Amino acid sequence: MELIYSITVGVMVGCSVFLMLRGHTFSIVMGLTLMSYAVNLFLFASGGLATHEPAILADGSEYSDPLPQALVLTAIVIGFAMTAFALILAIRARADLGNDQVDGRASESDVLANKLEGEKLRQSPEKPSGGKYR
Amino acid sequence: MSLIWVPVLPLLGVLVALILGRFPRSMLALGTAILPAVALGIVISLIPDVFAGNIPTFYAEWVPLLSLNVSFMLDGLGLMFTLLILGIGLLVVLYARYYLSPADNAGRFYASLLLFMTAMLGVVLSANLIQMWFFWELTSVSSFMLISYWSHRSDARKGARMAMTITGAGGLALLAGLLLIGQVVGSYDLRTVLDSGTLIAESSLYPVIVILVLLGAFTKSAQFPFHAWLPQAMAAPTPVSAYLHSATMVKAGIFLMARFYPVLSHTELWFAVVSLVGLTTLLYGAYTALFKHDLKGLLAYSTISHLGLITLLLGLDTELASLAAMFHVINHAVFKASLFMAAGIIDHEAGSRDMRKLNGLFRYMPYTATLAMVAAASMAGVPLLNGFLSKEMLFAESLHQDILGSLSWLIPLLVTVGGALAVAYSLRFIHDVFFNGEPIDLPKTPHEPPVFMRVPVEILVVLCLLVGVFPEFIVGDLLMAVGASLMPTGVPQFSISVWHGFNMPLLMSLLAVLGGIALYKQRKVMFTFQARFVEVDAKMAFEEGVQRVIARAVSLQEWIDNGSFQRYSFWMIVAAGFALGAPLINLAEARGSLPLTGIDPVGLGGALLLIVGSVATLLLSHHRLLALVTVSVVGLVVSMAFAWFSAPDLALTQLSVEVATIILFLLALYFLPQRIGLHHLSPGRIVRDLGIATVLGALVGTLTFAMLSRPVDSISDFFTANAKTGGGGTNVVNVILVDFRGFDTFGEITVLAIAAIGIYKLLAGIRLFAPSADMDGRPWSKDANPMMLMQISQSLLPLALLVSAYIFLRGHNLPGGGFIAGLITAIALIQQYIANGVEWMRDRGDLKFQWFIVCGLSIAFLSGAGSWAFDRPFLTSWFDYFYLPLVGKFELASAMAFDLGVYLTVIGATLSILANLGKLTTGHRPTRPDGGS
Repeated sequence: MELIYSITVGVMVGCSVFLMLRGHTFSIVMGLTLMSYAVNLFLFASGGLATHEPAILADGSEYSDPLPQALVLTAIVIGFAMTAFALILAIRARADLGNDQVDGRASESDVLANKLEGEKLRQSPEKPSGGKYR
Repeated sequence: MSLIWVPVLPLLGVLVALILGRFPRSMLALGTAILPAVALGIVISLIPDVFAGNIPTFYAEWVPLLSLNVSFMLDGLGLMFTLLILGIGLLVVLYARYYLSPADNAGRFYASLLLFMTAMLGVVLSANLIQMWFFWELTSVSSFMLISYWSHRSDARKGARMAMTITGAGGLALLAGLLLIGQVVGSYDLRTVLDSGTLIAESSLYPVIVILVLLGAFTKSAQFPFHAWLPQAMAAPTPVSAYLHSATMVKAGIFLMARFYPVLSHTELWFAVVSLVGLTTLLYGAYTALFKHDLKGLLAYSTISHLGLITLLLGLDTELASLAAMFHVINHAVFKASLFMAAGIIDHEAGSRDMRKLNGLFRYMPYTATLAMVAAASMAGVPLLNGFLSKEMLFAESLHQDILGSLSWLIPLLVTVGGALAVAYSLRFIHDVFFNGEPIDLPKTPHEPPVFMRVPVEILVVLCLLVGVFPEFIVGDLLMAVGASLMPTGVPQFSISVWHGFNMPLLMSLLAVLGGIALYKQRKVMFTFQARFVEVDAKMAFEEGVQRVIARAVSLQEWIDNGSFQRYSFWMIVAAGFALGAPLINLAEARGSLPLTGIDPVGLGGALLLIVGSVATLLLSHHRLLALVTVSVVGLVVSMAFAWFSAPDLALTQLSVEVATIILFLLALYFLPQRIGLHHLSPGRIVRDLGIATVLGALVGTLTFAMLSRPVDSISDFFTANAKTGGGGTNVVNVILVDFRGFDTFGEITVLAIAAIGIYKLLAGIRLFAPSADMDGRPWSKDANPMMLMQISQSLLPLALLVSAYIFLRGHNLPGGGFIAGLITAIALIQQYIANGVEWMRDRGDLKFQWFIVCGLSIAFLSGAGSWAFDRPFLTSWFDYFYLPLVGKFELASAMAFDLGVYLTVIGATLSILANLGKLTTGHRPTRPDGGS
């Protein structure tokens, strides 16, 4: 089981690293989320993999290691805060810079894609104005 | 009075000068002078103590572990410099009153001057090496302000920057030297260091220390080849030059050499370096001074030359050389200050400093001319004046040294040549300016200055004469005390008097005077010769160098820090890979000693789901909604994994966070492009990133396996054993969170609060493009709040709140607790927002989520601070059992109050993140069914 667990964590890290190296903010936030899952699993594993032994005190049974669990619990909550912050930062950058590239420069293909999207919106009969700025 | 007041009073004077800046000039000058004058009085009152050998000290501990203390002492050496700094400083204050024009900001001038005075006093009085260095750097900084006082002038700015750069660089070398000394001696206390001469001399670091300390001294004292900044600093107002280049700034380097003379000298290295550098500077400065047409330029190079003379004396290996050096420090300070002031008067009253225009001024200002001539004669070394005495001592000492072995005879010869050059340029100063025909088109008719502008010059010239005629009486005791600082083993017998009989030094003096006169007579020839050299403007050359360095630094920085986040994350990930890989390479085998457990089908299925979900996320990342679905699959399976591996608390937390995260992502996706092109991915980039990702994944996987297959010796047993007895709960994870490691949790909810506030700020005033249709052109549903969802969620709300209360209350003993309960409450409320809309929620009480955060943090803090009332450390917990009828036996614990704080903070943070973002989506929704907005 340990081997499978390790492989799983490794695959998750690999996927998240690839996503974090992309240029679009959304991909990077996705990568961050995956990475925090993987890191939590890794941290959690430092206490060993025990089944049916929760760290709830009862009479004389075996308990799993509570310390990594406590650490991971706060890590999950903090990870949520971090993901949220990164995501809102991405939205803010999109609002201020007009694109969703981390380096603030839109690639040509994106400009093209946006244009196509805009044309589609214009063609849609229900909503000719497309959208507006607030 | 305590010694500490000597540097502190001028520092307070800085404030006085700034406050009085708007008042009339005389009042300002007087007010500025009072505090330094009191300091001078204190020093004078301490003189008998110093002469008697009782060195006054001041000591206060600051950071004793780092050997950083406030420590001052007033020994003979310090006394001499303190008298010069304060005495000449006061004269400069008086002089500047008349020198500065009404347009100048005199308050700022006096403030900088007193700051500089404080810095100098700090250098000479410090008894702690680091403290001394601090003041040393302060002299560089404050002299920068003084030199660049006329900051509208380009030459002033450039000159100041050059002085700052060179002396500052020397200061860094000095710091390195002082730190090495501290390392060798084991203390930064000056007296300890001065007692450890042999320790330092025998250390292998000795040559490095000497070179570093000398670099500091040579840059400050403008020794060749670091002299270039001094002539450029002449762009300062003349009172500044009179102060910086006579008694203070440049003498700081000399002081440094004298300060460490007892411990660092007496070696071949010291004598060779110091004497040769001094000799070169002496000759170079004297020669160049002769050809300067600017009055202050002549004095500047003469200063360099005299500094060289003093350095040379400190580098001679004879008994009295160092004492002669200190004597010359006094003499040079006195006559050079008066000469600079005289030059300033001439500039002020004649409107020019060019000696080709200034001629025959004796007729217009006979009194000033007489004073200047006496001072210049002292500079040349004419008998009955103080300059003569120390120059005679130099001649005498140069005859006794044997530094260059059989070539030692060269030194007296070269010193005599230097003397002759000094006579020549002094003669030029006198003859060219005051005689030699009529002035040539001066901007104004020269006349005598105001009486009090002359007074400082008079005082200094009288001192020149007094010391020159009664040397033993005026400075004998002072020199004795200085000698005690320089030669702790005992001062040799010496006598300073005007007449020593006919001897070699007298002959050398005579030769120097005759040679000087001859040189001056032949000046036309020499000027013609000198004109054939191409003159390099040191300022411009330096500026060019500075610009080149800046350009390089900028291009280097742009190369490293080009603003691309992608590049930074690439390098960070690569670095992380190396940090991870290196220890793994050293690990012999990945698999450890523990036996592996068998594969169970549930675990295998979960692992496969995780792998498939992660890979699918990667592959679908350009199709964002689908990627979001696969990520949520991964998150769900992770929470199931926690449940499977005996971590119910984690499973609950992960599950509720998962819900919040997905809602957040969906909201965000509304504002972000929902699909992106893949054409921008170059194949090279894909291969590179896949390679890195594979390596990182393999590294982390190996690390996980290595960790899982090895036994762990953790501190967890303590928590398991004490959770019930010490924390009063059976859910060990929760007891750790709210009790054992409560302080960590407190920090973590603070981070959560900060993130929420940061997000709140990021969303404030945002201008967003709110699309009205999805990526395929389908308009968003106009039925924002479906009836069914409204009904179900409204009826679910009380139930959800009840569940969260239950989870909260049981948290201490069963899976649950503040984090989980907070998330459940937050999700229940968010559900109301989704189902009923923002307006509906607002009508039913506009919740201020920030208040939740504030209350939560306050409760958590107060529950921890409560233990202070019982004289216990922060967050000491308390619990007991009570009995109520109907309810039965129950437990109350202070940790529950803490958990309540966690609960409220989590609600506040989660809601303020989600609801604030959610509010943005609604403002633009069509309010009427026809699609108008």
